[in-house]
Amino acid sequence: MVGFLSCISMLPCPTLSTCSDRIDLVSFTFVYSGVNAGKAPAPEQRVRFLLGPTEGSEEKALTLTATSVPALANHPLVCGPAVTSLKIGVGHRLDAQASGVLVLGVGHGCSLLTDMYNAHLTKDYTVRGLLGKATDDFCEDGRLVEKSTYGVPRRNCFYLGVYEPLENVLRMLSSDHVTREKLDRILAVIQGSHQKALVMYSNLDLQTQEAYDMAVRGLIRPMNKSPMLITGIRCLHFAPPEFLLEVRCMHETQKQLRKLVHEIGLELKTTAVCSQVRRTRDGFFTLDDALLRTRWDLHSIQDAIQAAAPRVAAELEKSLRPGPGAPAAPQP
Amino acid sequence: MALSAQQIPRWFSSVQLSSFITATQLGKHFQRPGKTLSHGFAAQPQMSSDNCFLRWGFKTYRTSSLWNSSQSTDSSRQEITSSQSALLPSINEQTQKTQKTRNFDSELSLEALDDLPPLSPLQPVSEEEAIQIIADPPLPPDTFTLRDYVDHSETLQKLVLLGVDLSKIEKHPDAANLLLRLDFEKDIKQILMFLKDLGLEDNQLGTYLTKNYAIFSEDLENLKTRVAYLQSKNFSKAHITQMVRNAPFLLSFSVERLDNRLGFFQKELELSVKKTRDLIVRLPRLLTGSLEPVKENMKVYRLELGFKHNEIQHMITQVPKMLTANKRKLTETFDYVHNVMSVPHHLIVRFPQVFNTRLFKIKERHLFLTYLGRAQYDPTKLNYISLDKLVSLPDEIFCEEIAKASVQDFEKFLKTL
Repeated sequence: MVGFLSCISMLPCPTLSTCSDRIDLVSFTFVYSGVNAGKAPAPEQRVRFLLGPTEGSEEKALTLTATSVPALANHPLVCGPAVTSLKIGVGHRLDAQASGVLVLGVGHGCSLLTDMYNAHLTKDYTVRGLLGKATDDFCEDGRLVEKSTYGVPRRNCFYLGVYEPLENVLRMLSSDHVTREKLDRILAVIQGSHQKALVMYSNLDLQTQEAYDMAVRGLIRPMNKSPMLITGIRCLHFAPPEFLLEVRCMHETQKQLRKLVHEIGLELKTTAVCSQVRRTRDGFFTLDDALLRTRWDLHSIQDAIQAAAPRVAAELEKSLRPGPGAPAAPQP
Repeated sequence: MALSAQQIPRWFSSVQLSSFITATQLGKHFQRPGKTLSHGFAAQPQMSSDNCFLRWGFKTYRTSSLWNSSQSTDSSRQEITSSQSALLPSINEQTQKTQKTRNFDSELSLEALDDLPPLSPLQPVSEEEAIQIIADPPLPPDTFTLRDYVDHSETLQKLVLLGVDLSKIEKHPDAANLLLRLDFEKDIKQILMFLKDLGLEDNQLGTYLTKNYAIFSEDLENLKTRVAYLQSKNFSKAHITQMVRNAPFLLSFSVERLDNRLGFFQKELELSVKKTRDLIVRLPRLLTGSLEPVKENMKVYRLELGFKHNEIQHMITQVPKMLTANKRKLTETFDYVHNVMSVPHHLIVRFPQVFNTRLFKIKERHLFLTYLGRAQYDPTKLNYISLDKLVSLPDEIFCEEIAKASVQDFEKFLKTL
């Protein structure tokens, strides 16, 4: 099977270390069974020349007669199934605790994966955070490092427990309750600083007209290796202790996104952990293209590949075309 | 005896033939290098198998020749010989016809042979001899796949036609060697008849033999004793057929071992005789599988998950697969159902099917019901959803009747997880 698979949406699976294990587990056994269950070839025959007495002759003269004898050497029960392995590659990695769109390439589509990577497209995530806790791996089920308050409106007097850590006391003294405005302000600061980094890493000379136009339209992005860059971040939903962010970024790992949540908590003078990271878009593959677990069978995958093929070709052609003027011009 | 290469025509012969060529024949016929053995048999220029050598330059034939008795597939070739000889009886006639008098003087032949000029492949040959050149490539003496032998062995062909998957059997080299050496008429047929008497259908024989090819090395009497033993334990004929079909290795276990295993289950589970029997009929691989996981699982249920003994008995009679389930999956499922879904022990006992479903399925459906506000598993309250309806129903029926939503909504929700 040749082609570029579109994506899979899956539940987070904390028992496996990497998502590639998960893919192996799934291991497309259903695909093999589907491919091998295709129509069986007609039974083979081979021609053998057998010695036998010539017909109608008295003498025992021998002659060769060509007879077609069924041959079993290529029977599926003797050779085994025709397809036993399939090359499958994964595009951008997804953690074991993360879920969402995962792009896979099958067979010759694996080479398209490299082209996709070199196109340096952005990805969308929804990140759910929880205020009031801090853990060592920034996940909800990690080892608890500290707890803090986040949103209870402060009164003038407070109860000072003997074992209250000093940071908490200071926090209680200094923080107002965490509000939506505070969060938005912090997110704007983050986006601004990342915007600067975007321009720097894209190696564009902003003095030129074309580069300026593109920057105005927000189409600048680096086309080579760079640290995690956030092109857009906003808060979708704020209900303390929970908050939901939408992050548009590139060259990221899910761990860095969780660290981002942790840092937002610190900026808010409280603590936060990340409870869910979900990729909603990878390049031009969205959740609508994603195949659910119930659709993991040969025909759905084939249909998905065929549906995605024109878009893939168009997008890759656009991104590989050299831009007007600018030396390392990125294309939208 | 050193016979020079040129003159000795190679005839296809069976092992028993051992006559010698006359000098006149030697004069007429030349040894042609192209004339090979049919199917890898060195047609000895009529030498018996112990006077081994023929010093030709044709080393390839030597490797596959019969007289090299150190070969592993010797007997396979003998078996193939017998089948081949059935296929081509006329060849034997031919060779017998051309054999000259048996009272041939060997010394005379040797002397005559030494004087003859060397053979050349370009020398013309008579029509008769030309017909008898069979130029098939020789059979490989050892190989890693049965494909090379299947077209030459009646046994293998008949097994393939029965439906036996040779590609799986050839992964076990002992099994493959065993099958090659067996004769269909003598050994295999009896066992097949026995299996058919037991009640296995024709189309089930293939899958059975693929799993338990070792049954061919069992003694028919032993097999009959084991079946008689099972019948003495009051398993009906239909039950025995079902057990043999679902656990192919059952008949390879000795009576003693079967007895021990039945006794183990009786003691461990403390069920009545009839219930133990039903359990074994439903899951016969309890008898053929290892007993360690069963013991472990019993401990897990009792100590870790906290079920009482009568509760465990009830659950096992309903879902026997729980005895051989994976310990880690059991604990994870129980953890989710008991702690996250807050389902008490006595409800889980009533619906042990939750231990037989994949965890992600339970999670997905529970989260969907929570999202809709319908996650109510307490039978005393309204809108109660029983656990078996949660796990056993297919998606469409679950969405329509339990969740009262459409399948598309369910899929959209799954994409938000």
